[in-house]
Amino acid sequence: MNSSKPAGAKGLVAEVVRKQYFWGIIAIVLLLAVNVFKDPSYLAISISPTDGNLVGNLIDILRAAAPVLMIAVGMCLVVATGGIDLSVGSIMVVAGAVSMELLAGSNAPDSLGAAFIAIVVALAISGLLGAVNGVLVSVVGLQPFISTLVVMLAGRGLAKVITGGQNTSAVNEPFRWVANGYAIGIPVVFVLAVLITIAVGMLVRKSALGLMIEAIGMDAKAARLAGLNRRGLLMTAYISSGLLAGVAGIFATASVMTVDVSRTGYQLELDAILAVVIGGTSLAGGKFNITGAAIGAILIATLDKTVVFLGVSSSATPAFKAIVIVALCLLQSERVRALFRQRRIQRPTGTAATKKETVSA
Amino acid sequence: MSDRSLQISEAPWAGAEVLRASGLVVDRDSSVALDGAGVTLYAGEIHALMGVNGAGKSTLVAALTGALPVVGGEIRLDGRALGRMTTTQASAAGIASVYQEASLCGNLSVAENIMIGQEARGRFGIDWPETHRVARRTLSRLGLDDLDSTTPVWALPVAERQLVAIARAVVHDPRVLVLDEPTSSLEPHEVERIFSVLAGIRARGAAVLFVSHILEQVFAVSDRVTVLREGRDVGTFETDDIDRAELISVMLGQDLDSLRMLGSGTRPHRQEPEGDPIYRTDKLGLRGAVAPVDIDLYRGEILGFAGLRGSGRTEFANVMTGSLRADTGEARIDGRVVKMRDPAQALRLRLGMVTEDAADDGLVTGLTVRQNIVLARQALRGWADPVGAAEADTLVEELTESLSIPADLIDEPVDRLSTGNRRRVALARILATRPRVLILDDPTRGADVAAKAAIERKIERLAGDGVAIVYISSEMEDVVRLSDRIAIFRDREKIAEVSSGPGLSVDTIVELIADDSHYDM
Ligand SMILES: Nc1ncnc2c1ncn2[C@@H]1O[C@H](COP(=O)(O)OP(=O)(O)OP(=O)(O)O)[C@@H](O)[C@H]1O
Ligand SMILES: [Mg+2]
Repeated sequence: MNSSKPAGAKGLVAEVVRKQYFWGIIAIVLLLAVNVFKDPSYLAISISPTDGNLVGNLIDILRAAAPVLMIAVGMCLVVATGGIDLSVGSIMVVAGAVSMELLAGSNAPDSLGAAFIAIVVALAISGLLGAVNGVLVSVVGLQPFISTLVVMLAGRGLAKVITGGQNTSAVNEPFRWVANGYAIGIPVVFVLAVLITIAVGMLVRKSALGLMIEAIGMDAKAARLAGLNRRGLLMTAYISSGLLAGVAGIFATASVMTVDVSRTGYQLELDAILAVVIGGTSLAGGKFNITGAAIGAILIATLDKTVVFLGVSSSATPAFKAIVIVALCLLQSERVRALFRQRRIQRPTGTAATKKETVSA
Repeated sequence: MSDRSLQISEAPWAGAEVLRASGLVVDRDSSVALDGAGVTLYAGEIHALMGVNGAGKSTLVAALTGALPVVGGEIRLDGRALGRMTTTQASAAGIASVYQEASLCGNLSVAENIMIGQEARGRFGIDWPETHRVARRTLSRLGLDDLDSTTPVWALPVAERQLVAIARAVVHDPRVLVLDEPTSSLEPHEVERIFSVLAGIRARGAAVLFVSHILEQVFAVSDRVTVLREGRDVGTFETDDIDRAELISVMLGQDLDSLRMLGSGTRPHRQEPEGDPIYRTDKLGLRGAVAPVDIDLYRGEILGFAGLRGSGRTEFANVMTGSLRADTGEARIDGRVVKMRDPAQALRLRLGMVTEDAADDGLVTGLTVRQNIVLARQALRGWADPVGAAEADTLVEELTESLSIPADLIDEPVDRLSTGNRRRVALARILATRPRVLILDDPTRGADVAAKAAIERKIERLAGDGVAIVYISSEMEDVVRLSDRIAIFRDREKIAEVSSGPGLSVDTIVELIADDSHYDM
């Protein structure tokens, strides 16, 4: 009954091909191919003669992927519980607004200490907003869609209140370094994002957190009967998502050292959901795949850069992404899969009896 | 209780062949559930379908009634081959069915449930008066005139729901009636009622196919029996020509000698409980469900709850675990007063329960057998202290082996298991939490003969290890055989408590239940 897995390298390839994020990797390769077609030197990476850092389009893509990666990881956990977090984009802007205001109002605006305080406070507030989501969902019992929609609307309003409606800017070298610096030639943001992703992945997979989150996402009632603490797990997922959105907000504002209250993080929840779905995590909850979500995030960054590079009107991107989401959701739906499966069964792969019938017919 | 008590009048079954299914192949997801199974039914016979859990009985039933597509083999009704069909087409052709988990709409009335989808139609749509008349006529044909056809189905006891499901199946005089475990967990008198209904249907010349694990029932009412094993039919016998041991050995595919272990000896009973009770209730009760009850439960003993359904035995078990919240009295564990609120809290107190209701078995659909078992242990430990791979292997292996859950099911998602196997996994899940107090409501329901023996042995071993066990079953014999003490329930209260021993028999308990003297107050 166990599908026997072919061993060795071939087996590994077969394994990856079966994963849904395989299609994400294919899509990244295709997009890059399109870019190379337009400009054969697109993939070239050079070492900057002034500071020894790597520069090139690929590096830009990695840098752009960092914030999406963060919210995608958080979204992945929330989606696994059977929920959704629409507030990640708004939490990003709140985190950005808080840090910019703190830096701008600081006595020593350019100090490491100021950057540290800005980051800690921004993360604390992001975590708090995540906790609000968690309480609304697990204690009040509102639907995740509604709860996080409320926080999404309130969040952007809050950001405007914090900055007084302005797009606040600040100057702080350490803070800027987070988004624009390099460590051994690679952008710090990307390194940080990858490290955080790995840390979260290890935390949920090495502990029992991952299994428990999947269990409540698959079958909330049974999980409760099995003695799981549903409330605690939901709080954990939403707070994690809030914190990661805070990190994303810091990444996004640090790169330009300005928070744009109406554009920072705007509609990024869509990107996060898309990344999660591309990665093979079903929006119905249950099994999740953080690696997949990470690949999804990189695909989105690639897509964004490609659209710009090709000079397509950027207002068309959301429509394009929406189409991708719908297509992937269709592929994940049981009914559509069953359709494909039935087709296959009806072909003469079946039993001797069916074979005979098809031959004689 | 003797087999004779269930005996129904002899069948006039040497009739014509009605249905012949042969070489049926049915896929369920990726695995082959039926691999060349068949059965032949004659007019006027009651035909039993037997086999161990997962043998393919429910799948065969589903194939015959169009609920699952058949990819090989053929089904002939009255000599005519039926092609690919839906359930509606099957029932139009005269094959009616009652599934393993009765599927009725709780909010609709008895009459509506019987007639839904087959309403009488007049010129202006549904003719309601006629629809209700047909429903009542069907009920009275089944000898159910006393059943009020306007009561909502949720208000009925399980047996009557089962009867309503049968009534629904026979409205249009089917040629073939197929029932999947219609009797599991019913009381003897309820079983008799269902069987007399079946005999009535047989007398009208229809063929009845029913699935059961209970040998007494099969021998008492069926004319012939077909045995399935691993998706194939391995034999059809006249019930008069085969004895129990032979039948069991065909089902298990083992020779008779290796089956000695299944013998059902009475276990040696402990004398009297010693020490302090681990679980004690003091006038614990819930208005409308069960009157205040005092119970002392000691380490290492099996306390049976005897009584009919609705006697309060299941209700009190639920109150003991907090599934129902008590409104009077108190419960003490190790002498400390505890307020039971929910299953998670009961688990923390190391109190486990297997419920009678399969839908509440606490198995997470989508996770595998292994994951479900590990998850239960994990829930106890919290998320930060994961169950290691080696520990998980030992745990899963030990539990699946002792409950005879086939090893090749361990990495299957639980929703792909047959009903009987799934229920055993639910039990394994509870045992994984290492309960000190274990409350088992009909734990052998739906289990095949071998599985039932394995479960009972496991229960005895747990008691030997010091677990305090409450054991509930509709099979009074099992309660008497396994228990050290028996608490007897009637009319939503505990009326007596007896010590088990050589002197105690089922009859004693039945007399106690029937006895009216305790009402003279
Ligand atoms: N929903 C399902 N999806 C996939 N496979 C299934 C499903 N239900 C049953 N099976 C598989 O089909 C086979 C036959 O199962 P089936 O339910 O017919 O057994 P059964 O004889 O009715 O057992 P039981 O006595 O436990 O009711 C088993 O191998 C089982 O694992
Ligand atoms: Mg079955």
